[in-house]
Amino acid sequence: MDNGIANPALSARDYKSSVKPVWCPGCGDFSVLSAITKTFAELQLDPAQVAVISGIGCSSRIPAYLNTYGFHGVHGRALPLGVGLKVARPDLTVLVTGGDGDGFSIGGNHFLHACRRNVDITYLVMDNQVYGMTKGQASPTTAPDWALSKLTPEGPGINPFYPLVIALASGANFIARASSSDPNGTARMLVDAIRHPGFSFIQVLSPCVTFQPEQREWKKLVHPAPVEATSDPAKAARRLMTDDNLFVGVLYQGTRKPFQPCLEADLEHAAELDEAFAI
Amino acid sequence: MSTDSVSIAFAGSGGAGVLTAGNVLLEAAASAGWYAYLSRSAGPQIRGGESVTLLRVSRNRVESHDDDFRLLLAIDWRNFERFVAELPLSGDSLLIGDAEAGPLPECLAAYAARYCELPLKRIAKGMSQGRPNMVALGVLAAAIGIPCDKVTEALAHTLRDKGQAAMDAGAACVTAGMECARELPLIKLPAAPAPRAHGERLLITGNEATGLGAVRGGVRFVSAYPITPATEILEWLAPSVDRLGGTLVQAEDELASVNQAIGASFGGTPSLTATSGPGLALMLESIGLAVAAEVPIVVVDVMRGGPSTGIPTKSEQADLGMALYGLHGDAPHLVLAPLSVADCLFTTQWAVHLAEALQTPAIVLSDQSLGQSRAVIERPADLAFIGRRQTLEDIGERYARYAVTTSGVSPMAIPGMPGGQYTAEGLEHSEAGTPSGSAADHAAQLQKRRRKLTDFDYGTHWAEIEGEATTAVITWGSTTGPVREALNRRAVAGWATRMVAMRLLAPARPDAMRQALDGVERVLIVEQCEGGQFHHYLRAHYDLPAEVRTLCKPGPLPIRPQEVYTRIEDWH
Ligand SMILES: Cc1ncc(C[n+]2csc(CCOP(=O)(O)OP(=O)(O)O)c2C)c(N)n1
Ligand code: SF4
Repeated sequence: MDNGIANPALSARDYKSSVKPVWCPGCGDFSVLSAITKTFAELQLDPAQVAVISGIGCSSRIPAYLNTYGFHGVHGRALPLGVGLKVARPDLTVLVTGGDGDGFSIGGNHFLHACRRNVDITYLVMDNQVYGMTKGQASPTTAPDWALSKLTPEGPGINPFYPLVIALASGANFIARASSSDPNGTARMLVDAIRHPGFSFIQVLSPCVTFQPEQREWKKLVHPAPVEATSDPAKAARRLMTDDNLFVGVLYQGTRKPFQPCLEADLEHAAELDEAFAI
Repeated sequence: MSTDSVSIAFAGSGGAGVLTAGNVLLEAAASAGWYAYLSRSAGPQIRGGESVTLLRVSRNRVESHDDDFRLLLAIDWRNFERFVAELPLSGDSLLIGDAEAGPLPECLAAYAARYCELPLKRIAKGMSQGRPNMVALGVLAAAIGIPCDKVTEALAHTLRDKGQAAMDAGAACVTAGMECARELPLIKLPAAPAPRAHGERLLITGNEATGLGAVRGGVRFVSAYPITPATEILEWLAPSVDRLGGTLVQAEDELASVNQAIGASFGGTPSLTATSGPGLALMLESIGLAVAAEVPIVVVDVMRGGPSTGIPTKSEQADLGMALYGLHGDAPHLVLAPLSVADCLFTTQWAVHLAEALQTPAIVLSDQSLGQSRAVIERPADLAFIGRRQTLEDIGERYARYAVTTSGVSPMAIPGMPGGQYTAEGLEHSEAGTPSGSAADHAAQLQKRRRKLTDFDYGTHWAEIEGEATTAVITWGSTTGPVREALNRRAVAGWATRMVAMRLLAPARPDAMRQALDGVERVLIVEQCEGGQFHHYLRAHYDLPAEVRTLCKPGPLPIRPQEVYTRIEDWH
């Protein structure tokens, strides 16, 4: 492998690029970035065989900070970019990342259908229950009475979106929640998610210290999942009924076969297809 | 009206089978050696509903309809008034109806003298598995003189999956129909051209030809979201791209389909999606991403009547403005248009080649009248354009994905290439691809993205230019058919006219147009768009002579050769 790195054993640092993050000091996304590089090192992935795909938002800036292939797309469309890439290039490891606004609001439809389609990619959402990049508006996961945005001064007043419930109902094959306050734990989960065949979804609680400063408390409030991961969707669903939105751990590991069309040709030349129209 | 061809219309409602029968007649005419062109016009119903099949059979290549129809056969007259405007008839047109279908409708009263009734239904009823459309097929074949054996051969081919009994019943109906047409005045079809070897010509729709062009160009990933009238491209590509080692994915919407194509192309696979106006509107933001991130993709828009859902089953050339100017930001990209059913293949293949070579999105503007029409075409040569996507070979010191090069094209690393790692970036970026808001980087990247398009040598393919004269007609896309026919008629009448039919609309080629209009003193602009989008585009980018006239008509009525002819003649 000629990737300009002398040591064949890659460390987390080897997956970082030289670009300096634009994030606010203390932003949870720093720890997520470090969990990602730890994960790649743990898996000893060839950086040239990895593509990290994102949409738009503070969290979606991540690809530029990595030394892998990356794609920083438009707002909400990271999943279809990743799906198209993986289907055409099944040899690559594809990690899609982004925020809760990007993934559950403007990109919500793609989330449902990526779960259903079950392509072998991993989707990591840095959930801070706010639109950070546009300076603090309510996102789909914001509490209905959160009244700190000028856009919704009385609070959004509508029910939050429950990503794990939606992921389970839509057919995601691996579902977990992590906390950016524990980068090592997040990395362990991400390793499992990448290894697990099919569509893996991880919600990472990642505080926006600027627009949701009380999220600094998350690190004290999160707690390990009370039980082991299950492969029974009914059990997982029951567990979610009593979810306090703060457990961390793997909820569900399914056994559905990933979507991957065969890419073998039985025709050599496209012009042979003319024959069907010949007169 | 042309003397080299005969045009007939075949109408019916509620699953009467006029499209099936019309296609059998087309196939029979084609295998007997004629050229032919078939289009259909259907109401909005999903199944059943009234529809009319329009068939033109000719000695020479035909790419569009004539001014009027010599023969109209209706199995019934239900809702016929909805089509009457699309069916111009002449004083010597022959009208045939079924004896049981009631009187000739009011809207055709002027042609009563040329109307005759035949017992189509009654004949069909008297036969085992008899169908009136098959009897009518025999009538039509006899009326224009298509040999019986060719019709039954084509019928057997169409009904091959239905079993021998169905084929025999169909053939019996055709024979009975031919018999019953013996009393009719024969419409003389000019003799078929000399027979050609099997495989020298293709019988194909524009949408199928678009699919063939895509795979010939190397497309191996297709994303799809169904929409009339583009769906047949996707349906044809689904098994075809598979056989070539690629795949088609049905996406959840057009926002997904365009992004899947961009993702696959980022991975190195030439990619395409096809849609119509509403879908293109949804894709525009991401097409801008492909411009900025320099990822090649092809988006085919098979245009239909708009705005909004408009007239989804009928043709119009009114997405030009959106395709040219709909992207936000300063976003140079390619816009092309096929000029005929046959040209759908060439133009799509060329679009794939250009998108790949220039690392940019190409929008191909086909339309319903090309996409859903079936025609006999010369088999296109198996072209191979020189120049593919320029991929990274030598990483050198430090790879800069968006290096500012003389041509504007920068070698592209494909995931998997060691040392080529970069982030494809929709934010403005430096040469290395890192996000940048600097004025210098913005200017340098804007200029490189423009330069790679404007400095490229498009050769002679940008337009079809015919005729040497001081009067010229400029057109684009599907209206080339009637324009070319009008100008051929003028040539026969002794008047030379120049035609410039544009295949490449963006980037604009003002120098090439200047040469094409050398010596031209006046220009007629022809387009199927009420608002004159093409006219305004020409005004914006090219020097036109002082005297300019327009023929800007909305769809869904096609522009007829005679309208173009008269518009020029008026000038004298
Ligand atoms: C089409 C479009 N609409 C709106 C925006 C503006 N915008 C940029 S980021 C963003 C929200 C980001 O929120 P989230 O995904 O939660 O990410 P965060 O910044 O919190 O990490 C919005 C609305 C945009 N870039 N594109
Ligand atoms: S605004 Fe919030 S999410 Fe964005 S960088 Fe700052 S802390 Fe992080």
